[in-house]
Amino acid sequence: MTTTLPPVSEAQALDHGLTAAEFRRFCDAIGRVPNLVELGVCSVMWSEHCSYKSSRAVLRGLPTTGPRVLQGPGENAGALAIGDGLAVVFKIESHNHPSYVEPYQGAATGVGGILRDVFTMNARPIANLNSLRFGSFDHPRTRYLVSGVVSGIGGYGNCVGVPTVGGEIYFDAAYNENILVNAFTIGVARADRIFRASAAGVGNPVIYVGSKTGRDGIHGASLLASAEFDDTTEQKRPTVQVGDPFTEKLLIEACLELMEQDAVVAIQDMGAAGLTSSSVEMAARGGLGITIDLDRVPKREATLSPYEILLSESQERMLIVARAGAEDSVLAVFAKWDLDAVVIGRVTDDGFWRVSAGGQDVACLPLEPLAHGAPVYERPAAPPPTLDEMQRLDLGQLPQPGDYGQTLLRLLAVPNIASKRWVYRQYDSLVGSNTVVGPGSDAAVLRIKGTNKAVAVSVDCNSRYCLLDPYVGAMTAVVEGARNVVCSGAEPIGVSDCLNFGNPEKPEIMWQFREAVRGLGDACTALGVPIVSGNVSFYNETDGRAIPPTPTVAMVGLLADVAHHTTQWFKGDGDVVVLLGRTREELGGSEYLAVTRDLVRGTPPWIDLSVEMQVQQVCLAAIREGLVRSAHDLSEGGLAVALAEACISGPGDPLGAEIEMEADIRPDAWLFGESQSRILLSLRKKHVNRLRELARAADVPCTVVGEVRGRRLRIGNLIDVSAVDLRTAWADALAARMDE
Amino acid sequence: MRWGVITFPGSLDNADTVHALAQVLGDPTVSLWHKDRNLHGVDCVVLPGGFSYGDYLRAGALARFAPVMESVVEFARAGGLVFGICNGFQVLCESGLLPGALIRNRSLSFICASIHCRVEETDTPFTRSYGQAEVLALPVKHGEGCYVADADTLLALEDNRQVILRYVDAAGRATEAANPNGSLRNIAGIVNASRNVFGLMPHPEHACEPLCGGADGLGFFRSVRASLSDGAPTRTTSVPPGL
Repeated sequence: MTTTLPPVSEAQALDHGLTAAEFRRFCDAIGRVPNLVELGVCSVMWSEHCSYKSSRAVLRGLPTTGPRVLQGPGENAGALAIGDGLAVVFKIESHNHPSYVEPYQGAATGVGGILRDVFTMNARPIANLNSLRFGSFDHPRTRYLVSGVVSGIGGYGNCVGVPTVGGEIYFDAAYNENILVNAFTIGVARADRIFRASAAGVGNPVIYVGSKTGRDGIHGASLLASAEFDDTTEQKRPTVQVGDPFTEKLLIEACLELMEQDAVVAIQDMGAAGLTSSSVEMAARGGLGITIDLDRVPKREATLSPYEILLSESQERMLIVARAGAEDSVLAVFAKWDLDAVVIGRVTDDGFWRVSAGGQDVACLPLEPLAHGAPVYERPAAPPPTLDEMQRLDLGQLPQPGDYGQTLLRLLAVPNIASKRWVYRQYDSLVGSNTVVGPGSDAAVLRIKGTNKAVAVSVDCNSRYCLLDPYVGAMTAVVEGARNVVCSGAEPIGVSDCLNFGNPEKPEIMWQFREAVRGLGDACTALGVPIVSGNVSFYNETDGRAIPPTPTVAMVGLLADVAHHTTQWFKGDGDVVVLLGRTREELGGSEYLAVTRDLVRGTPPWIDLSVEMQVQQVCLAAIREGLVRSAHDLSEGGLAVALAEACISGPGDPLGAEIEMEADIRPDAWLFGESQSRILLSLRKKHVNRLRELARAADVPCTVVGEVRGRRLRIGNLIDVSAVDLRTAWADALAARMDE
Repeated sequence: MRWGVITFPGSLDNADTVHALAQVLGDPTVSLWHKDRNLHGVDCVVLPGGFSYGDYLRAGALARFAPVMESVVEFARAGGLVFGICNGFQVLCESGLLPGALIRNRSLSFICASIHCRVEETDTPFTRSYGQAEVLALPVKHGEGCYVADADTLLALEDNRQVILRYVDAAGRATEAANPNGSLRNIAGIVNASRNVFGLMPHPEHACEPLCGGADGLGFFRSVRASLSDGAPTRTTSVPPGL
């Protein structure tokens, strides 16, 4: 099998990001030297982004199965059964490099891409969340990036009818030149009507639907996503795609309408590497072949070359394998929604990916090596030489702050802790009429219409912990996500992960990656939650400086009864405040140390997965018994910040609390330390004894610490601040930083 | 009575409006398609929120040319009840069924928030279930919600008691701080002179259930139902189009 185009040289292969060994491997696999079109196709299919060549071997150990799992990793998104014949379909995905190069379009198309991954499986998207990491506000580019990314997420998300209901956002100088934008979508599908991306039926038509193909995003996957940044980064702007949310909205409706019929055999989003990866992956999953006629592809410009058409990452396009004979009904649905839909090829049985243009074959490659032939690297791993030094922290050297109240006010105003209202007020969090708890509590809660159920979703990662100990840090991301959905009244049922790391060719990065994946696996196994989807983003480096390891965890929980939904803020005077869990003298990796001492040192808080499980189970049981008025996970800023947030983060006037408990360890660690496995509850007095019983039975420390009362937060003899001052410090700090 | 909710390409809150009317209120409700001139005999046409045609030009600027809008204009001129929410309000202004225009929020940012509105007039088919000066908690979510009109139009609106909703604080005061988008005179919703065409920026369809956003918005839909069950609620007048 060959084409009429001339073979390429090894130098051209290196320009495409392949190594010399990879190029030889590909030539051997196809039995000849590829032409330029074929090389372009190989370079994206074998890129880190598409092939997972550095991570595949490590990821094998993750728990991906369970009684609810309808679809694990390997498809467009994961799916879990939630009863009533329904499933939730969800995934989180990175769009880091595009968002740094062009923040508005990078973030917007990140949202668009993850939406398509979900609705392509016949799930109606019900919510978007996102996890964002920016550099320090001292860096000149940070405000531009924040405002571009936030308006991109809003500009796209607000136009497609899917609410953006939550997320997280952190600021750290370590992300100054490599921000992270991780986008998550969850949808609801009928469990027996989930569509997959595996071609079947020789002779079935291959149908292109959606936007026309243009020159944007060429080599996004290979050159932008799979390489470090350096001083040529600005030149990579043309590799960023441009989004059109209006077309996406039409595409959502048209695809979901089409999938109600019996016309679709397989369907896949044209995401990274566009037409190439969607056609290759669908045919390879089905063990079949495919032909494509590029002359029939809808184009923005007639002069697009075969190379450009195949590698374009133009947005809002899908590829469908339809049942033979159903062509007209497919085309009719898309005509109704004023979208292009064209039969561009057929499913074959010869195992080849055959592409023609102008009546000539321009690519003719065996599918197996193209889809699965990339090398799997077992890259060397070694801990960073600086690790021991970073983990050293002598608390004896650290004086206590002079004024604990001022320290609390200061912590509440740092961007990592301050209210994120400036961000989420720019997002439509209501469309869909499912939002029970929107942004601003531990997790978002969305009801499932037609049932009594709801889902809770949270995205979490503390990358400071991951830098100091990637194993413990990744475990913490999982258990904190679980704790957040538990505090909202849900049982954790599944995870999607977005693993953001530096260059895997460096042993210390590979070590961080291995340790983090081990932590994710151990925590998910202990909690009994499978990882059903996700994405790996390597090469998050600029000029050789890597980001801290950032394994973002999207945790999905299920509320059997939506009436159990619980929020983090106190509800009224007279309620008793209870702390579940134990506070240790732990300050390593804390926000307190970073803010007051400019220190990122020590080891992250100790974590015992069985204790964590017990704490979560007591909290959930108490919520389900109707004992709990508010529940709030303790995280950055520790007990004092959690108490303050419970006083001030509700929709009404701020409340106060009288906390009588006394510190039994050094006061700053007691107030601001971030010991894990702790939850702050408030409940009516009459329910305290029952809560104690539940806690005692599970051997969970349960301490009555005080009462919701008045308009001041008083914590022992350490802190006495008016709730209004707390709210003022916290509520407007982020907006003020953006306006500086 | 029978409700009709239009779907333009890019409509977003159409399904939520149908949910509120059909599921929460329990009224017969049909979806109307932008390419279809037939209003299917509905008693009240709702233009829902969203970004019709992407709103890449001005919000609502293209939707006014949709085939269904010819029938809506005809229906409105004959006294039929027309109810525009957010993008629907924008479309009604662009169509000349309501005076004035909605421009970019003064902040230049999209805003999604729970706000308060005061019911200024209760003698309309859309507000008769509310008390005079009742303060409602309703959500807004828009990028172009700043109501503007020339001075004469504003005076006429006030003189004819066409300003139906105003942004206020929780205590019912129409302050600048309570105005989420810079609308002139804190205007959140108006009717035409015949009082049969209503447009508002807040989203009553997202305030119909205590579980999701409260129930302060239900009164608008209940008002319409009550008006229609009383018999002909509307008048045809000779007021020039646009006012």
